[in-house]
Amino acid sequence: MMSDAQGHGPEEIRAVPLRHRWRWVATAALLVVVAMLVHTLVTNPRFGWRVVGHYLFSGPILGGVALTLEITAGAMAIGIVLGIVLAVMRLSPNPLVSGSSWLYIWFFRGTPVFIQVLFWYNIAVLFPSLGIGVPFGPQFVHGNAGTFITAVDAAILALGLNEAAYYAEIVRAGILSVAHGQTEAAQSLGMRRTLVMRKIVLPQAMRVIVPPTGNEVISMLKTSALASVAAVYELTGESLLIAARTYQIIAMLIVASLWYIALSTVLTIGQYYVERHYARGAVVTVPYPPLRTQLRRNFARWRVPFPGATVEV
Amino acid sequence: MTGPMVRAEGVHKRYGSLEVLKGITLEVAPNEVMCLIGPSGSGKSTFLRCINHLENINAGRLYVDGSLVGYQEHGGRLHELPEREICRRRAAIGMVFQHFHLFPHMTALENVTAGPVLVKREPRAVATERATRLLGRVGLGDKRDTYPNQLSGGQQQRVAIARALAMEPKLMLFDEPTSALDPELVGEVLDVMRGLAAEGMTMIVVTHEIGFAREVGDSLVFMDGGVVVEQGSPRDVIANPQQERTKGFLSAVL
Repeated sequence: MMSDAQGHGPEEIRAVPLRHRWRWVATAALLVVVAMLVHTLVTNPRFGWRVVGHYLFSGPILGGVALTLEITAGAMAIGIVLGIVLAVMRLSPNPLVSGSSWLYIWFFRGTPVFIQVLFWYNIAVLFPSLGIGVPFGPQFVHGNAGTFITAVDAAILALGLNEAAYYAEIVRAGILSVAHGQTEAAQSLGMRRTLVMRKIVLPQAMRVIVPPTGNEVISMLKTSALASVAAVYELTGESLLIAARTYQIIAMLIVASLWYIALSTVLTIGQYYVERHYARGAVVTVPYPPLRTQLRRNFARWRVPFPGATVEV
Repeated sequence: MTGPMVRAEGVHKRYGSLEVLKGITLEVAPNEVMCLIGPSGSGKSTFLRCINHLENINAGRLYVDGSLVGYQEHGGRLHELPEREICRRRAAIGMVFQHFHLFPHMTALENVTAGPVLVKREPRAVATERATRLLGRVGLGDKRDTYPNQLSGGQQQRVAIARALAMEPKLMLFDEPTSALDPELVGEVLDVMRGLAAEGMTMIVVTHEIGFAREVGDSLVFMDGGVVVEQGSPRDVIANPQQERTKGFLSAVL
């Protein structure tokens, strides 16, 4: 034992802390920059904060927010489901199956999503009427393409199909990250390929898949602004529409940005909890959200030590 | 009365041009414990993996409990079995791996119930009851809600044995079950295997534990370079090896 005869522990080291002079200089410089920023935000009337406040919770903007969320959710749903299917196809031993997955990914990653949105918006030019029926045979239901695929549908479809190509690669990386021994152990219990994938491989792959999925959702939130080229007035489209009417372009860009940043904050928090769920049994423990850790660390530095905690020798 | 549990006739296995098994012929009787020893790369693990069709064989015949592994024979030709049938047969053969391969996202209990619930569609309550009993039997009754990463290697391997036993197999395959363990943890795993052998489980054990082979094994097979070099009762082979290669190997490991 290290403690002496009186039962005290060894003497704590209380060294004089090293002075970090350049840190103070850097801090001062940053404070000046922040002060300048705040100053211009408050004093420059052209930011139009009153206009921002007026429109932030106005009906059209809230409608735009709802549409943005709808497009993001719809496109991500298509992207994730189709992406998983494509990833599993890509790993199939059948060359035709894995080849078609490769071809899909090649095509949709290789063409601009901007053009894909316009393409689906103009699908009626290519197929004026759409129907459901036997291939090369009779059709049971058919009608005008424009009534089947609205502008919002076209945007969701385009963004979702494009997302699937990227998401497939994320899922594939996740599947490949699971050790092959897991598959063999499951097979030795008599599990079939699909069961092994569903119950053993994919749940473990989720740990690798979730962080980039958070990226993709947040990215999609903002990419959904492309829907405005298909005459869909979601958050960006609606903001620009109001700006065109009122000439308050900066204020309306701020309105849109505030909403985007608020929504991605909510998604980031959601991602943390999803990650924590899939960390079950993993070696890596999910840390606190970054800001929380940093704040705790800083406060710990200035915390006054509890008087009884130090041992007087 | 009954035939052998495992019968291999001239089993060959190739990876490309590399021939790993060059005609293995042997039999394992019901209730027998056969230990497979040999230098690394001798093909003993590969042979074990052929028995539950994790690997397919290129020539020869391999039977488990009287039926051909991976194929059915009619009209003088071999026909590949459908996945459903391969899985049904695998479910009756337990396998324990060198690196345990427990499912890390499941607790010890969930690992043990996974097979019965997902493969045999057993009611969860029934599976849980058996799993609890099996975990108790391998000495881990208090670890049922623990995830594998919080268990020692020896504990993980014992859970892995319980997981295999939960399927109520007629044959157990052990692929170097103690090779990845710290020396002080080897004993607890061998104890469990010793208990299984005493209950009459048919076991094929690829191992470097010569002491275990001598004490528990009914037969010992020494493999080298993809062939069976020597086989017989463990005491005879270990005490009095006939082949030069066997002598060399045993003197190196003993």
